[in-house]
Amino acid sequence: MKHLVVLGGGTGGTLTANRLRKRFPAEQLRITIVDQDDRHVYQPGLLFVPFGLSHPEEIVRSRQRQLHSGIAFVRDAVDRVDVEERRVHLAHGTHLDYDVLVVATGAVLAPEETEGLTGAGWMSKVFTFYSLEGAAALEGALARFDRGHLVVNIVDLPIKCPVAPLEFAFLADWYFHERGVRDKVEITFVTPLDKAFTKPVAASHLATLLREKGVNLVTDFNTGEVDGEGGRLVSYDGREVSFDLAVVIPLHSGAPYVTRSEGLGDELGFIPTDPATLQSKVRDEIFVIGDATNVPASKAGSVTHFEGEVLVENVIRFLAGEPLDATYDGHANCFVETGFHKALLIDFNYETEPLPGHFPMTVGLPLLKESRLNHLGKLMFQSFYWHGLLPGRDIPGISPAMPTSGKVGVPG
Amino acid sequence: MITKTFAGVAVEVNEEGFFEHPDEWTRDMAPEIAKEEGIDQLTTRHWQVLDFMRKEYADHGTGATVRVLGKASGVSVKELYELFPKGPAKVAAKVAGIPKPRGCI
Repeated sequence: MKHLVVLGGGTGGTLTANRLRKRFPAEQLRITIVDQDDRHVYQPGLLFVPFGLSHPEEIVRSRQRQLHSGIAFVRDAVDRVDVEERRVHLAHGTHLDYDVLVVATGAVLAPEETEGLTGAGWMSKVFTFYSLEGAAALEGALARFDRGHLVVNIVDLPIKCPVAPLEFAFLADWYFHERGVRDKVEITFVTPLDKAFTKPVAASHLATLLREKGVNLVTDFNTGEVDGEGGRLVSYDGREVSFDLAVVIPLHSGAPYVTRSEGLGDELGFIPTDPATLQSKVRDEIFVIGDATNVPASKAGSVTHFEGEVLVENVIRFLAGEPLDATYDGHANCFVETGFHKALLIDFNYETEPLPGHFPMTVGLPLLKESRLNHLGKLMFQSFYWHGLLPGRDIPGISPAMPTSGKVGVPG
Repeated sequence: MITKTFAGVAVEVNEEGFFEHPDEWTRDMAPEIAKEEGIDQLTTRHWQVLDFMRKEYADHGTGATVRVLGKASGVSVKELYELFPKGPAKVAAKVAGIPKPRGCI
């Protein structure tokens, strides 16, 4: 019997294992999933924790309990993968041999790579909401903050959910309004990009929103040092932004075992992956999903979700000895929370940038435009995540490929 | 499309000044492109970065980002900014005649 090993019990690993389990009877394929802990975090919920709109215990569930029966869950850290021997060495000394490996270990935060970031002031004046602990600690700091300069800073890309820092700035504007102190709080968004976002049309819409909400925008700022004690961000070219409270999105890397595994990852610990088939460029029997890949798509849950359908088809073809033909187009779909119970929606892929219009067709959710409907969509998604996406159910009417119907100005 | 002349040879660049056809680039064009970017003299340290960029492009189809340069080119991020003050990845890619490195999304 063939053995499929999945590394990582997050979004990608769980939905892949569950979808494959439904396609193969237990006597045809053994499926094992490995994770170092049993805490599955609904990561989109992290954005809401600092504002008291969500609580840590509401966004964490058992990883194991999201898995269909017939999937073995091994709770251990990965020491390294031996790609020649097709063997995963686990931290406690045992190993797993595989016929097919699915790498789904995501991205980790690397705050220690930025000078000063984890020094004086870390978790007292300098926070991140990209971890459960950071988001929870920031809630207390925001609650005490009633005057001064709040800075939101992206150190460098790639990061998970590149719109989340903007959403944080929008929600902060709403939050301080609600508390009646908005006029005493200055908010500045500091980015290494040359505009508010990577994609030009969406960037100009988002820059307009920042302006309307009175959030300052500092671009081309490559953070070289965070001086928590002195309250300063310092760029590599010597510019400074001072702050009273900083919310920093640290550098991201692949999981640490990737760099310990010879020949598996790139300089940042991400796995070279074919952007269309999601087969690794390392070995034919290694597939990669979600934040762990190096494909030029957002590191976001929707990307992982759409990739999952393609990856599962290709794993099935690979096991059958057939050529891979399912292709992923880079489709991403993100609700961008803009505060005051509104959100906008962006939908794009490798080739097409986010455009105005409606999703998934002319009658649908408004794209690139604030609306209450999008906000409700974002809130409702959490339930679908646990009960639809992870178990491997399809959303009626939503396919992995990006829809062009309903979009204005899609290139022919 | 814009046509520019470096080292006596006409080449096509895009509106931001990046080469349209990286195979048109030759090493003797680099000092002239660098001058336009405010770099008067290309040192061996500059060349270490430019050669790394050319190799990254040949291997991966895109130039390296600043962070990858800092990890893999043998030149620290601090020094990269001293060498290419206007932005190491962008300027080094331009001087090395390759497309603007793909920012991540």
